[in-house]
This record gives sequence, C-alpha cells and structure tokens, in this order.
Amino acid sequence: MKIMKSMAFMALIFSVLFTGCKPKDADIKTAVEKSISAVPSLAGTTVEVKEGVVSLSGQLPDETAKSLAETTAKAVKGVKSVVNNLSIAAPITIAVDEVLTKSVKDAVKDYPTVVAAINDGVVLLTGEIKKDALPKLMMALSSLKPKKIENKLTVK
Amino acid sequence: MALQDKYKQLTDAAINGGITDLQVREQDGVLYVDGTAANGAVKDQLWDVYNTIDPNFVSGDLVLNVNVSIDAAVTKVKVITQSSNLNIRKGPGTDQPIVGKAAHDEVITLVNRSNEQWWLVRTNDGEEGYCYAQYLAPEA
Repeated sequence: MKIMKSMAFMALIFSVLFTGCKPKDADIKTAVEKSISAVPSLAGTTVEVKEGVVSLSGQLPDETAKSLAETTAKAVKGVKSVVNNLSIAAPITIAVDEVLTKSVKDAVKDYPTVVAAINDGVVLLTGEIKKDALPKLMMALSSLKPKKIENKLTVK
Repeated sequence: MALQDKYKQLTDAAINGGITDLQVREQDGVLYVDGTAANGAVKDQLWDVYNTIDPNFVSGDLVLNVNVSIDAAVTKVKVITQSSNLNIRKGPGTDQPIVGKAAHDEVITLVNRSNEQWWLVRTNDGEEGYCYAQYLAPEA
C-alpha cells in the first residue's frame, strides 16, 4: 500500500513537471516565430522547440538569411541552443527570350488555334483551346523556364 | 507568403506524392514549384490539384515544373501522339528539316536525352533524329 501511494505521488510529480515544461516550449516557439516573421527574408522558416532547443527547418533564399535566422532565434529569451536545418533554395532560372521564343514555338506547334507571344520571359497566350488539351499545353510551357504564363486563352 | 498559402494544397500534395528535389520559391508575384516525380500519375495528380485551385490556370501566379524521372537504363520509347505520325527532325527544333516519321504507338529506340525537350531517337529502319519529348513515353 505504501509503495502504491509513493508511486501515485511520483506520477503526480511527473505530470506536474511535464505540464510545467510544455507551456514554456510553446512560449519560446511563439516568441521565436514572432522574431522571425518580423524579417521578410526569413519567410518559409519552420520553428520547433523541445526543452529549450530550437530546430529551424525550411528553405531560405541564401546563406545570409540562413545564418540570420539562427542568430534571430538564439537571441530569444529561454533558447538554450539552435539546430539549424534550414536549406538554401536554388535560384530561379528564367530562360532568355531568344531561347524561350524558340522552345515555346515548338511547344505550341500542334495547337494551331493558340498564339503565343514572348516578352521579357512572360509567355502571353491568346486564341482558343479545347479544355482537355489545356493541361498538356501548360505542362509543356511550364518546363521551358518562363518567368510567367499569362493565359488569356478562350477555353472551349 | 500569400501565394504559398494559396497553393499549400499543391505543395502538400507534392510532399505526400514523394516529389524529390522539391523547390518552392516566390519571386515578383509568381510561385515557382520545381521537382521530380517518380511517375506520370504523380505529375498528373499535381496538375489536377493546380487546376482545382486555379481553374484553367488563368491567374498567372504559378510556374509548376515537375519532371517525371526516367530510369537511365531506358532504351525504348513509345510514340504517344493523338493519332498522327511523329516527325523526326535533323536537329532539336521545329525549324529543323524533317528526316523521317515514326508511327503512332510505334516503339522506337531512345539514343540520347541530353536535350530536355528534344530526344534523339532511332527508328526500327535505322533513321536517326530528334523528336519532341512530350510525344514519347519511356517503355519499362
């Protein structure tokens, strides 16, 4: 009986300890997220906190942003250490107009009712297309590294 | 971040669909999603999600570039035109002269995929030239 009682007491202590810990990590998480969201270049950072250790993950544009996220997180009160699992996104490559014009011409060749115009990486589509052919055309154009596809096609 | 929220269902589907080398980046009001799908079905599913979020792709705020990974060992491709013959050209481009044709549903030899849009192929008659890759499906 005595053992049972002390075990119940221990369990009570543990539950108090654990519930005591939880809000703290949650508070740190909120504080770190707040600091990080104040910096626009750090958008895309995911924050996890376990026993005061902050783990950062996600994708940022460059190394500067990656280390800035780490220093920003470290500066938050209650943070013991920071595990930086952020990765760097590859730069967006846009095809030059000369290359894009040629590749778009190849892609729309089999859609005689579609007209494509290229201007500074933007593919402007006019004319008309059948609904079931549209995804295929968009798939082909999206792989040609355009800056943007402006679809003004009439879908029939 | 607004665009990432708009297309969250798409990027979630990409993660769940096991897209490798997934890159999601936003620049000048356009979201660029790049990656490699294990097969055509996964790619089609992502395009279905895209079409649901932005019906008929009219917003012009997403460039979804998902390629289907192809085993390096693949040497045979099937012609998947609607019904017509597929032009085989001297070089990679529709401005190049036509050197031969491959029939709809015909299985031909894949020589080289160094150009993403134009694959170098050889017909069963030994004609060699470039075909538009969208009309070729790798044979398992």
